[in-house]
Amino acid sequence: MTEPLLRVENLVKQFPIRGGLLSRVVDKVHAVDGVSFEVGAGETLGIVGESGCGKSTTGRCILRLIEPTSGEVWFEGRNVTAMDKTALRALSRDMQIIFQDPYASLNPRLTVGAIIAEALIIHKLAKTSREMEDRVVQLLETVGLQPDHMRRFPHEFSGGQRQRIGIGRALAVEPKLIVCDEPVSALDVSIQAQVINLLEDLQAKFNLTYLFIAHDLSVVEHISTRVAVMYLGRVVEIAPSHALYTNPLHPYTEALLSAVPIPDPTVKRKRIRLEGDVPNPIRPPPGCHFHTRCPIAQARCSIEAPTLKDAGGGHQVACHFRG
Amino acid sequence: MAPARRDVSPTAEAWRRFRRHRLAVVSSVVLLTMVAMVLVGPWVWPVPINEIDFAAKLQGPSWAHPFGTDDLGQDILARLLYGGRISLAVGLAAMVVAITVGVVIGATAGIGPGWVDGALMWLTDLFLTLPQLPLLILLMYLFRDPLKAIAGPEVGVFVLVVAVIGGFRWMPVARLVRAQFFSLREKEFVEAARALGASTSRQVTRHILPNALGPVIVAGSIDVAAAIIAESTLSFLGLGFPSDIPTWGSVLRDAKDTMDFAPHWAIFPGAAIFLAVLTINFIGDGLRDALDPRRVL
Repeated sequence: MTEPLLRVENLVKQFPIRGGLLSRVVDKVHAVDGVSFEVGAGETLGIVGESGCGKSTTGRCILRLIEPTSGEVWFEGRNVTAMDKTALRALSRDMQIIFQDPYASLNPRLTVGAIIAEALIIHKLAKTSREMEDRVVQLLETVGLQPDHMRRFPHEFSGGQRQRIGIGRALAVEPKLIVCDEPVSALDVSIQAQVINLLEDLQAKFNLTYLFIAHDLSVVEHISTRVAVMYLGRVVEIAPSHALYTNPLHPYTEALLSAVPIPDPTVKRKRIRLEGDVPNPIRPPPGCHFHTRCPIAQARCSIEAPTLKDAGGGHQVACHFRG
Repeated sequence: MAPARRDVSPTAEAWRRFRRHRLAVVSSVVLLTMVAMVLVGPWVWPVPINEIDFAAKLQGPSWAHPFGTDDLGQDILARLLYGGRISLAVGLAAMVVAITVGVVIGATAGIGPGWVDGALMWLTDLFLTLPQLPLLILLMYLFRDPLKAIAGPEVGVFVLVVAVIGGFRWMPVARLVRAQFFSLREKEFVEAARALGASTSRQVTRHILPNALGPVIVAGSIDVAAAIIAESTLSFLGLGFPSDIPTWGSVLRDAKDTMDFAPHWAIFPGAAIFLAVLTINFIGDGLRDALDPRRVL
């Protein structure tokens, strides 16, 4: 088997909670609790899950914007988790990120031109200012903006346009992998489609690989080749997009899919309602994290944590009774 | 489609925006006039600052003495023109010292590792809790004579007064800057710069600091006022400039005993301090708005 572009192995991130007189670590938030997956070149891996399940933390750990507690991230056969500052800086030419909030992700004091040119300056990708300007114009056009937009400030743009600016900034280094951290969650539905289409066009044009984090299942279904479902810091199911949506194996995935609205009021279907809330990630339940809300849980589930096991056709599920 | 914009430099754009702030522009004119007056005034109004004339003491404004005279018959206008140089220079220089020290310490604490932050905030708290007056007396006592010997009475005392006032006013600025850094360094645009491989110094100078400066400018304009007042406190205690050198603060302080029957003596230096403080505050507001592209001007 060839080496995938990105391989994440047993990634763990715990945020310490400090308290008491000497601000000792009194507790830990188990944000990411042993996540492993692979992403092949040109592929889009969607990561879904509800708020606080660790999907964004996973994305940021891969770029080392957050230092993982343990586990390894391999990119093109290089161990990202063991990289020093210089190597990380070089890595930023290959891996980029697009953020959720288009208002917080652009520096309000810089012009759009300066924001997009930043990567070119940092990595010395343009020799002359003429060349720099040409490249910025080219990037603006690539993401569907006008060349004269470069002299404006971020607050003069709409949310969708701002997200395009953020995409242009990420594209400036010609990356291979882009972590898309809920890139459309903050946008209107009509604008969401435009941005998704832009991302798909760019993927085809530049042979990009996406790690697409979202909580909207229909968005993820549309763009992803494979989808990983996360619950409370763990991947519970990972499968090719079509297989996951037509034949979900994990009870949590089933419940999630049954909550996706169908734009046809005549269609009747069974809604699976989960009882209770997501447990506190400071003290996740023992065994399978989902057993407190699982409709098919048995005694074994609260003792033994299930591992991801193959269910055929690249479909993996972490459940004692399914797959 | 919006018309294409003229290509203007950021400085020209900031200046254009500053000019829209009417109060700030008026204030700049007033302050510059005051500065010009204290600079050239002693030549235009060549009355000695310490010519004692008991026959003319405590007179109200007249053609001979436009601002009146004090209890020794000295001309108040001449004393204010001369003292304004010291007061304005002390106020501005002490502000620069306080802001510089405060920004450097606050920024280092706000971006550095935990132990650096802890140590610097401990230092800040220490300075805040120090009893300032006894310490001022001690510092003046220790350093006034050596500095006078090196740099002469006026320059020596000026350096010492500025260092002492600025050195005791940087703590609020440091706290302010640190708090701004704490919130800004978690912002996604800073994270984006980090993801692009920006060095820490680039993140600070290009992304964090420019967004943290608004409150600092306001704090700085207030500091000028506080420094002018602080200088008068020092002269009141006999620790600042020698009593034969007038400053706005010291003239005001000398006037306090005769306020009942010679109010002019207090009104003119008071008005000078008031005008300086007010105009500097408005200019600070104008600067803050002009430098913030989000504000529509």
